[in-house]
Amino acid sequence: MNRYPVWKYAIIVIALLLGVVYTLPNFFGEAPAVQVSSGKATIKVDTGTLQKVEDALKAASVVPQSVALENGSIRARFGSTDEQLKAKDAVQKALIPDAADPQFVVALNLVSRSPEWLGALHAAPMYLGLDLRGGVHFMLQVDMQAALTQRVESLTGDLRSLLREKDIRHGGISRNGQTVEIRLRDAQQLEATKRVLSAQFPDLQTQDAADGAEFRLTVSNKPEAARKVQEQALKQNITTLHNRINELGVAEPVIQQQGLDRIVVQLPGVQDTAKAKDILGRTATLEVRMVDESTEARAAEQGGIVPFGAERYLEREGRPLIVKKQVVLTGDNLTDAQPGFDNQTQEPVVNLTLDAKGARIFKDVTRENVGKRMAILLFEKGKGEVVTAPVIRSEIGGGRVQISGRMTTAEANDTALLLRAGSLAAPMEIIEERTIGPSLGAENIAKGFNSVTWGFLVIVAFMCLYYAMFGLVSGIALAVNLLFLVAILSMLQATLTLPGMAAMALALGMAIDSNVLINERVREELRNGASPQAAIHAGYDRAWATIFDSNITTLIAGVALLAFGSGPVRGFAVVHCIGILTSMFSAVFFSRGLVNLWYGSKKKLKSVSIGTVWRPEGSSVKAD
Amino acid sequence: MEFFKIKKDIPFMKNALVFNAISFVTFALAVFFLFSKGLHLSVEFTGGTLMEVSYSQPADLNKVRATVGTLGFSEVQVQNFGTARDVMIRLPAQKGVSSAQQSEKVLTALKADNADVTLRRTEFVGPQVGDELAHDGLKALAFVVVGIVLYLAIRFEWKFAVSAIIANLHDVVIILGFFAFFQWEFSLAVLAAVLAVLGYSVNESVVIFDRIRENFRRFRKMSTVEVIDNAITSTISRTIITHGCTQIMVLSMLLFGGETLHYFAMALTIGICFGIYSSVFVAAAIAMWLGIQREDLIKPLKKDNDPSDENAGAVV
Repeated sequence: MNRYPVWKYAIIVIALLLGVVYTLPNFFGEAPAVQVSSGKATIKVDTGTLQKVEDALKAASVVPQSVALENGSIRARFGSTDEQLKAKDAVQKALIPDAADPQFVVALNLVSRSPEWLGALHAAPMYLGLDLRGGVHFMLQVDMQAALTQRVESLTGDLRSLLREKDIRHGGISRNGQTVEIRLRDAQQLEATKRVLSAQFPDLQTQDAADGAEFRLTVSNKPEAARKVQEQALKQNITTLHNRINELGVAEPVIQQQGLDRIVVQLPGVQDTAKAKDILGRTATLEVRMVDESTEARAAEQGGIVPFGAERYLEREGRPLIVKKQVVLTGDNLTDAQPGFDNQTQEPVVNLTLDAKGARIFKDVTRENVGKRMAILLFEKGKGEVVTAPVIRSEIGGGRVQISGRMTTAEANDTALLLRAGSLAAPMEIIEERTIGPSLGAENIAKGFNSVTWGFLVIVAFMCLYYAMFGLVSGIALAVNLLFLVAILSMLQATLTLPGMAAMALALGMAIDSNVLINERVREELRNGASPQAAIHAGYDRAWATIFDSNITTLIAGVALLAFGSGPVRGFAVVHCIGILTSMFSAVFFSRGLVNLWYGSKKKLKSVSIGTVWRPEGSSVKAD
Repeated sequence: MEFFKIKKDIPFMKNALVFNAISFVTFALAVFFLFSKGLHLSVEFTGGTLMEVSYSQPADLNKVRATVGTLGFSEVQVQNFGTARDVMIRLPAQKGVSSAQQSEKVLTALKADNADVTLRRTEFVGPQVGDELAHDGLKALAFVVVGIVLYLAIRFEWKFAVSAIIANLHDVVIILGFFAFFQWEFSLAVLAAVLAVLGYSVNESVVIFDRIRENFRRFRKMSTVEVIDNAITSTISRTIITHGCTQIMVLSMLLFGGETLHYFAMALTIGICFGIYSSVFVAAAIAMWLGIQREDLIKPLKKDNDPSDENAGAVV
């Protein structure tokens, strides 16, 4: 009656094997490493870069334990921190000739020392949260109202020029909050306006009202268009943040959207919050200027003196370009930049959208400069770079500009990205900030580890004393529970925090409940005179319903924490929930397997080792 | 080894009134302190800046206080944290100041005063986040209460569900009462502990209710009071051993977990102690007052629908 079929043992063995394999990486510790990743959207880390890194290391006579290219970054592992620092200098010198213009991010990092075959199985150590490894955490709130207002502001200008173009007379256009109000003299004009609007701006909705003898037309973004603006603003801010954080040289930055209007930035290992904040809050600007094509300028490109009223900037390919100092347009006038394809030639292009003021200026400038080149420059940290410098083919009106010619699709994408990244779509504010020093992180790990270890040992000792053999089984089941918990956390790469470690300790403390329930039940059955085999069977069966019910209620609390919690609470909840699930497996299914293996095959079992089975008659029977 | 050599069922329910009176008094006291003293909420809820700095020598708190005071913050709290060398500084949220810069200002001032100060941890939370956290906490509490009541009502009976949740909410209020009385810091981790306790001590009630249901089925001649007494008596050993084991873990956290886990472990300790009391004495007693009877749990139609068999499929 207490036998498991082979397949149940197979499940246990497979689960244990998986548990061991995925827990293993946590024991190898971490080795100092140098990580190289791309510093710009246009630069890719490839085998060529790998070769350069290897050469640089060889030249500096630093021998790495391993160098590998994975997920778009190169990681070189070293035996000591001294070698790591030496290697970083060497690699930096080789890959970044110009410190003012870093193409790659060379950062110090820690990588798992676990052997390669574990890596091949995607077995990695648990991902430690900032409170355990040290670093900075920011939560930024994007001011969506400002993003929308900005959009409506430029819309106001667009509408004004559109109505002028279509020869519709109006009594004034003004922005009122997130809407634009147009005053119109008669019904005819009103109809004409509505017709033009629905043809040209499908994203707008209108509402008209009679205002005395005049009409008032209220124009606003459709809800889905407003949502799109917000989504884009957020995405653009995240892209911009990515570009900026690359400069900090952080090995594994986390930049994530949270909710509708928040961005979480986590920089492990960074201690200098002042610099981080400075970089996060910096604004970049975009400028459109004319290229100086005089003979002096041509000569200056080759290295001559830059003519008066002009400046030398580098193109992305590194070629110098002489650009006039006079600014034609700034990034404020650019409302959007998207990659696309030309309707006729099907070649990749970048489509720019300018606001009304920008369109007007652009029209004038292009009319006067057909056949000449204009440059679009991106300024960041006071340093300019030419994003693109196209030739003007004809006069461009209407504010829709297409940049085409000798571009691949990837280049078009990158150019559009750079143009958009020129400025943050909407202002951001830091609403949460956490810094954890590296020593504190290590201390926290030790604290969590000690709590779990000591609690675990004392419980197991007690169980063995009190329940003898069954106590030992419970203890082993508890150890297996811990194994599964760590394995699953490593597998999911869920972030482990100090509250998470507390949850781990608590999960073990609660998991023993199931075993106590079973053991008490078995004792009770024995006390009531059941045979040992029957007692084991009835004990496990009767206890199961209770264990199930009580774990479900605990799980409800865990899920609530997971759903509504944030930050530390979430870290707690994840481990708590997983702990409850693994405990059901280890405490019931696994411990039963052990008991079955030990006692199940003994046909004439006289007694079970479950400590004292005391009977009220006063005749205490030691059931050993 | 056997700690519990109980010869006869202990007549718990005879004294139910006394137990309920004790709970009511504790509960009333907890509510009183909650309202009169209020919770000492952490920076996470109130918004503001928290800094932990460390000196190589034992720190002079008064000097630190004076230094921070010159920066013009109102209501600055400076206290030792863990050891004499670690100092915790709490700055309130200031309206209109982008207070992410606060910590930098303070650190610069402290550095000017004593160069060997190092920053161990800062935490800045904007006021809007604090409000949200408080709301989310309440939402989570509501979710847990509704979820548990629904589950128990389906699995057992509404009377059990109601009595279990009353008993365990009473635990939660008492934990909060302790935090209010001693003015311990109520942080997010403590909130997590409180909710975990809520789920955990409902466990306890479930175990007893399970026994009550089983007893109703097995001992047809017993009265309701006898059934409850027997159920509590036969589960008391597991109740105490289980809670003892959980408490061992919590104690280990209290001893080794350091300052960060201190109040978390504290909340759990109170929760575990009162959890035993409330589920044994309060939940069962309320269920009795609500008038549970055999017919509530044993539906005549599904006579052989034994709950332990329902799920037994998973265990051979």
